Amino acid sequence: MEPNESSLHPIEILLVEDNPGDSRLAKEALKESKLKNNLYVAEDGVEAMNFLYKTGKYSKMPRPDLVILDLNLPKKDGREVLAEIKNDDNLKRIPVVILTISKAEEDILKTYNLHANCYVTKPLDLDQFMKVVRSIEDFWLTIVKLPNGKNE
Amino acid sequence: MPSESSGSYSFNILLVEDNPGDVRLACEALTENHVKHKLYHVDDGMQALDFLHNNGIYQSSPKPDLILLDLNLPKINGHQVLAEIKSDESLKKIPVVILSISHSEEDIARSYDLNANCYVTKPLDINEFIEVFGRIQNFWLKTVRLP
Repeated sequence: MEPNESSLHPIEILLVEDNPGDSRLAKEALKESKLKNNLYVAEDGVEAMNFLYKTGKYSKMPRPDLVILDLNLPKKDGREVLAEIKNDDNLKRIPVVILTISKAEEDILKTYNLHANCYVTKPLDLDQFMKVVRSIEDFWLTIVKLPNGKNE
Repeated sequence: MPSESSGSYSFNILLVEDNPGDVRLACEALTENHVKHKLYHVDDGMQALDFLHNNGIYQSSPKPDLILLDLNLPKINGHQVLAEIKSDESLKKIPVVILSISHSEEDIARSYDLNANCYVTKPLDINEFIEVFGRIQNFWLKTVRLP
């Protein structure tokens, strides 16, 4: 149960979020984590896919252990990003947490059908937002076993 | 038989687990958490699929909101149950939490490849087991939006 603090390999997290305020808050919340982690931010769906495929300037980027994905994104929508990840045999293993303001049943259903790992709605209240990011961090980094064994 | 928490319930949880001790601890952990739920339990993979497809004695079983699935099960193993759920159009949306004593990278990777929603290893210590169960329930029933 106690997270392994001496872990040599930080957990790499890709946050796909176009709202700078939200990514800043998420960064703050993740900094408090007991587990060493690196947060990368992609501001639109195209950047997210480039990061995941290590295209162009992302060639040296690590493979993320966890993706936190907003749905309403510029250039390429979050639903498309999710579908691409989950249809790619090399990427599908990476857990994708949907974090969005949308409470639409249609979005919830559609993303689970596309094999989103879980769907969380963003609270508008700042403290609540931080709390939600912390719960995601707490559950996915300390309770769950990620596919690479880093948080073993 | 489902065990029911007090008052009306809002979540149906299906626990697929063949170890009676683990089932009992899971029930305790879920009750302690005070989230309204109804826990259904089956102890092998075949019963799990019958439950989900409403076959035979399970014809009036509800569709679960969340499935807690062990990997080492009699008759049909957990990976096969997972593969069936995640390739069935009417079932694939239901979140499946894998709960297993296996720490093997292969089991973990295979479960995610088969679209498990998350993989959690069962602690051997009873108190830790109850805590982990409680946190699974807290996250999935309080933080997450279920389909």
